Order: sequence, then C-alpha cells, then structure tokens
Amino acid sequence: MTPHSDLTVWLVILVLGVGTFLLRWSFLGALGNRDFPGWVLRMLRYTPVAVLPALVAPLVTWPAATDGQPDPARLAAAAATVAVGMLTRNVILAILAGGITLFGLLYLL
Amino acid sequence: MAPSPLSRPEPGRASPDPADARALARGPAQAFRHGMVQSLPFLIVIIPFALLFGVVALEAGMDMAQVMGFSVLVLAGASQFTAVQLLSDNAPAFIVILSCLAVNLRMAMYSASLVPWLRGASGLQKAGVAYTLIDQSYALSIQHYERHPRLSLTQRLAYFFGTATALCIPWMVASWAGARLGSAIPDDIALDFAMPITFLAMIAPMLRTPAHLTACFVAILGALLLAGLPSGTGLLIAAPLGMAAGALVEQRTEAQAARRKQESRKQEAGR
Repeated sequence: MTPHSDLTVWLVILVLGVGTFLLRWSFLGALGNRDFPGWVLRMLRYTPVAVLPALVAPLVTWPAATDGQPDPARLAAAAATVAVGMLTRNVILAILAGGITLFGLLYLL
Repeated sequence: MAPSPLSRPEPGRASPDPADARALARGPAQAFRHGMVQSLPFLIVIIPFALLFGVVALEAGMDMAQVMGFSVLVLAGASQFTAVQLLSDNAPAFIVILSCLAVNLRMAMYSASLVPWLRGASGLQKAGVAYTLIDQSYALSIQHYERHPRLSLTQRLAYFFGTATALCIPWMVASWAGARLGSAIPDDIALDFAMPITFLAMIAPMLRTPAHLTACFVAILGALLLAGLPSGTGLLIAAPLGMAAGALVEQRTEAQAARRKQESRKQEAGR
C-alpha cells in the first residue's frame, strides 16, 4: 500500500494535469498566430521522426522486462516493425509484423 | 511571410492524386469521422495499456477516483505509469511531478510543430487540441497534414478531434475497466513492448527522404548515448539534435537541386 496520503496523490494528479496541459498548450497557445522563421519550420518538420524514435530507442535496447539486458526477440521485433513500415507505408501491417515477430520469437527462444 | 508548410508542394507526387482530392472534398463531419477511423488500429495497443494502468494503479493503493483523475486530468500514458511507479516507490511528491513533467516535455515540441498547421484556430480550439495532444493523435494528424497540405483549417481541426475522440475516450474507459477488473488481467504478456512497436510503426512510413532518415538516426544515437541522464532529459537533447540534422540535410539537398537546375539552365542557354 502506498504510504502517500490521499491528499498528496491528488496534489500530484492536479499539478501534473495542469503542468502537462501547459506543456501541450505552450507554443500553440502562446505563439499560435505568429510566423516562425524559416529555419525553425525546417527543424519542426522533423519533430515526429526525431522524438518518437529517441523515446523508444532505450526501451528497445535495454528493455525493462529483461532487467535491461538486450533481448534478441525485442530487437528483431523493432527491426521488423521499421522494415515493414518503411516498405509498405502501412502502420497496421508494421504493428502486426512487430507483434508477430515478438511473440513468435518469445515462443521459440 | 516565412515559408510555411502550406506552400511546400510534396516532391515527387503527381498532382492528380485521388486520395488528396478525397481529403480536400471532406466536410467537417466527414473529416472528423475519417480521423476516428484512422485511429482505430491504435486501439489494439491503447486499450490493453489503459487496462494495465488501471490494474497497476489500483495495486499501488490508489482508489478509483484517483485512477480516473490520472487518466482524465493528466491523459498521458507514459507519465501516468511513471507517476504510479514513483509514488509506490515512496518518492517525494515534487520528484514525482518533476520526473513526469520531464517525460511529457516532448509534447512542447509537438505543440511547436503544430503551430504552422493550426494557425488561426480559436483559443478554445487550441485548448482542446492541447488537452488531447497525445503521441498517437499528434503522429496521425501531422502525417495527414503533410500528406494533404491544402486542407482547410476546419478540415485539419476536425481530423485532429476525430483522432483525439477515438483515442482518448477509450483510454479513460479502459483505465476505469482495468481498475474495476483488477488482477483478472494477466500481466505477463510482454505488453511492455506494445508502446515501442506502435511508435515505431507510426514513424516508419514517414521516413521517406534522406533528411528524415538522418533525423531519425541522429536522434536514436543521441538517445542511446544520453540514456544515463535522468528520465526525459536525454530525449530533450537527442530529439532537437536529430531535428537539426534533418533540417541540415534538407537544406543541402535543396541547395544541390537548385545548383543542378541552374547548371542545366545555363547549358540550355548556351546551346
């Protein structure tokens, strides 16, 4: 059981809720109708392809489920997802390829 | 005016594009529905994830109201798990808050990258977008906007809110169900890897130019090298490095193309 009081948990929820909203609102709300300089726009075009891979790279390389030990099944599943996604340009096929590779290899290994 | 993505024609795409024509012809209700339909595949990950959150939070000693407080007020999966984990590890409240905000810092980058596309939206619309700006609604929408640069603001907003509705409401409902059903849900089904697989599946189709590949590669390299830093900070350095690398390659490619064009024009003039 958590030793934190209900009040502390609610404080965390509320501050985190407001803080997360402000992070999401930040640029959109505060600078929303201003023009960005060209070089900023150029960089922003690469936001999704930089942020999401950087977010998952450590999770793929050192998975928590294996206590941080690199795991062939998870590495292969990540590679299969990216390969199928790039070749077919289809998100669902990419997810399926990753899922099948992961569970297939976990079953076999 | 600064160059906006609106004025950038997609290179290598034929102009009579039936998918583009269809996207441009959609009314707001149809664009909303289209966003919802395109979000459905992600539910195969979001629902189990939310169920798991409900279970984990309940096991950590939270009550139903607190579980729903997280899923409705915070509405950010990775940081919700982080918060519950740290709270049950007995970390001080301010550490919990700071770590979770660090995990969510990437959303400020999403916010910035949506500005050129959602300029002119009302304050209320922007607040709505901000509230429901999760990885999946962001990735789906930005992909849709880039694919169909001539959409109207209304069509863009309608599509976004379609994805947000289809993704966020199931997140809340499934969190509730998870807390309700409790430990009836098995936790040994390698669900830890559902998130990496969906995120990779979302970005892989976007890796269509050398610049995108460079951005991705540099960001991954940076994230791995900086993995020792406190949660969220490595990402905050690695992602902008990747973005800058992508921008640099794009600029080079454009400069080369311009030079080649000029040379061929010169040759033609010389004839």
